[in-house]
Amino acid sequence: MATRLPKKDVVLVGFGWTAAILAQELTEAGMQVLALERGAYRDTVPDFAVDHIQDEYRYAIRDDLVEEPERETLTFRNSLQETALPMRHIGSFRPAVGAGGAGVHWNGQTWRFLPDDFRIRSHTLERYGAKFIPRDMTIQDWPVTYQELEPYFDKFEYLCGISGKAGNLDGKIVEGGNPFEGARRREYPLPPLKRSYATVLFDKAAKEVGLKPFPCPAANTSAPYKNIYGVQMGQCTFCGYCEWFGCGNYSKSSPQSTIFPVLFRKQNFEFRPYCNVTRVDLDGSRKHATGVTYIDAQGQEFEQPAELVILCAFATHNPHLLLLSGIGKPYDPKTGEGVVGRNYAYQITSSVDVFTDEILNPFMGAGSLGQAVDEFNGDNFDHGPHGFVGGGYIALWTTGGRPIHQSYLPKDAPKWGSGWKKAMAENYLKACSIATHGSVMSYRDAYLDLDPTYRDVYGNPLLRMTFDFHQNELKMSKFLTDRATQIAKAMKPRSFHPKPRTGHYSIEPYQTTHNTGGAIMGSDPRTSVVNRYLQTWDVANVFVMGACAFPQNHGYNPTGTVGALTYWAADAIKNQYLKNPGPLVHA
Amino acid sequence: MPFKSERRAFLKAATLAPAAVALPVRFANNPATPATHGYFSGDETRFMDAAVSRLIPADELGPGAKEAGVTFFIDRQLAGPYGRAETWYMQGPWQKGTEQQGYQLKLTPAELYRAAIADIDAYCRKNLGKPFAELDGAAQGKVLKGLESDDVKLERVKAKQFFDMLWENTRQGFFADPMYGGNRGFAGWKLIGFPGPRYNYVAEIDQYGKRYTQPPVGILGRDPARRIV
Repeated sequence: MATRLPKKDVVLVGFGWTAAILAQELTEAGMQVLALERGAYRDTVPDFAVDHIQDEYRYAIRDDLVEEPERETLTFRNSLQETALPMRHIGSFRPAVGAGGAGVHWNGQTWRFLPDDFRIRSHTLERYGAKFIPRDMTIQDWPVTYQELEPYFDKFEYLCGISGKAGNLDGKIVEGGNPFEGARRREYPLPPLKRSYATVLFDKAAKEVGLKPFPCPAANTSAPYKNIYGVQMGQCTFCGYCEWFGCGNYSKSSPQSTIFPVLFRKQNFEFRPYCNVTRVDLDGSRKHATGVTYIDAQGQEFEQPAELVILCAFATHNPHLLLLSGIGKPYDPKTGEGVVGRNYAYQITSSVDVFTDEILNPFMGAGSLGQAVDEFNGDNFDHGPHGFVGGGYIALWTTGGRPIHQSYLPKDAPKWGSGWKKAMAENYLKACSIATHGSVMSYRDAYLDLDPTYRDVYGNPLLRMTFDFHQNELKMSKFLTDRATQIAKAMKPRSFHPKPRTGHYSIEPYQTTHNTGGAIMGSDPRTSVVNRYLQTWDVANVFVMGACAFPQNHGYNPTGTVGALTYWAADAIKNQYLKNPGPLVHA
Repeated sequence: MPFKSERRAFLKAATLAPAAVALPVRFANNPATPATHGYFSGDETRFMDAAVSRLIPADELGPGAKEAGVTFFIDRQLAGPYGRAETWYMQGPWQKGTEQQGYQLKLTPAELYRAAIADIDAYCRKNLGKPFAELDGAAQGKVLKGLESDDVKLERVKAKQFFDMLWENTRQGFFADPMYGGNRGFAGWKLIGFPGPRYNYVAEIDQYGKRYTQPPVGILGRDPARRIV
């Protein structure tokens, strides 16, 4: 029997980036806000302190900051004809557990999706015609434009203290920045990071082949910074331990380093760790949520009433919770009807390893220290001759030189033995890798639903993922890999090794944690779960944050767009919903 | 429905400390285990020393995996949460699955090592007359190649699956922080020129092409050998 607790104004499910932003914004508006997090409380000190955090084995190999499949995982299959099997250990993507969520262990690569990305279907139809979109591709326009989101992108960047160089200030192209980006109102909060030698070599080579390289926008501070809430950050020291690690230096933007110091002082904010929300509770009408049910660390079940429920868990967990709670019609790939689980997408990556004769010191790096080119992203080029939708950026990142994961060997090097040892000694300091980071469109047969067989520790059905790369994406990724190879050649290296992505999507090894879709935003309740303010169509007092709202996945890392959408939704909740609770959009 | 949070919280607390701290728990449960090893038997230890010596040999470039403590490292890992697949989803039903569906064995990593080492020794005895550890270096190399290519057929285990795990764990032991018992004397880091988890390269990052000359340092300091439990 669940224990019923005193009611709160707002309950946030999960406590990563989106929840921390909402907690800050909604407590400012005077609300009583409770965050329920399945993991522990964590802060810069002691949890990420430099006396222990720079440990590749514990964090990058043994996944210490990442969710444990034993408690919660999903099942996976490539197609409807297969039987989905559990992801038994962490593989292709790494959702976090604990306060700060994946905002703790990310690299900090912080982009804005392109203006055209937000109207990809209309734009593609206008420029290339209806035949250009494959029949089973279910891409759709976002219900919000780049221009509408611009102030919120700006706010998230000034929350984080992004280091970068504007390429388009109010429509004026600026030398040295990304000339393809959407217009921004002002410069980045901080100048670009110092460059690694490898990124300098990439920059020179990209210019030689006629491209316009620019410094990647980084949530790693190039100088001390005081953010929009008055929180002070320190300068990044290029220690090379961003991705899979917390930052002990207050220089990688995370909920801890940008929001916690002000949020946790508030009397109207409460954080409860080790609370695993198992469902959103609905009243008899099933159109109104009464709160959530969660299980605590002692296995006790609690009913937490709330006026407003906001799902802020990882992209795959929010659709899972909607399915378990019976909010929204589950998607059926056979009929194409239903919405929850629809348009699950991912990203497609590849690389070209480059071996030089010079010492590059790869271990001096930062998670978003990189140079990129954007000529082949979005619709920045004529897709007509190529016959695919989408694109991506090509970048050389120097995120670090951790020896287990981040060492590269020429293709012909022996795989083990004395020859391997010699190759490691000769190449570690002199190698780098060019990455391609590509979009994945949405498809009729790529979706999430509840698994019929496997269950989690609470006895609930696991989420089932049905996903594969389609020809459109493999073609696009080959195109990007070929362009990256041209840049690699122009670096005049001793040798290079293209590693294209081919064949089926596989649940291991690690690729990217940029999972999207499943609770997508849209302007039609028949093809979306949430409206343009991330409010569910069916239950007006339930909102859903995060990348699960993306109708398809575009060519950049998602966090910048997730941050902007969160501020956009926070604004709508504060200035529209609270004044008149109910649907913000009438379909 | 088994509720695991309390147990998990305890185990989580155990994994928060370096593996060395978690070990006595294992010893307490298994008093017959030799003092230096938490999981491997004598025969298994001999197999591991021989195998990792072929994978990363001692040569003119410096110590190999055995000298760097890789057998000891893997032994500790198999005796701990990793060996028990502590955080993995290990509930049935069990099916083989496609290659894209990843690890689907009912065996934990520790069980996989035990089964595979016994199978490989049985294969070597049957075909080459001796257990793996007693073969000469060339013959050992040939067996490892056969495992890697899946040409060697083992009774219970897919050869390549075990080879891949062994090679991955060997590299981890060679390059992980020395506090885990491998990478002794910074053998792995010295080989490639990694200075360890240093903290600040603001002054050095734009000194392009210049070798960084500070000696390696580990999480527990510059002489971690004396810090291993």
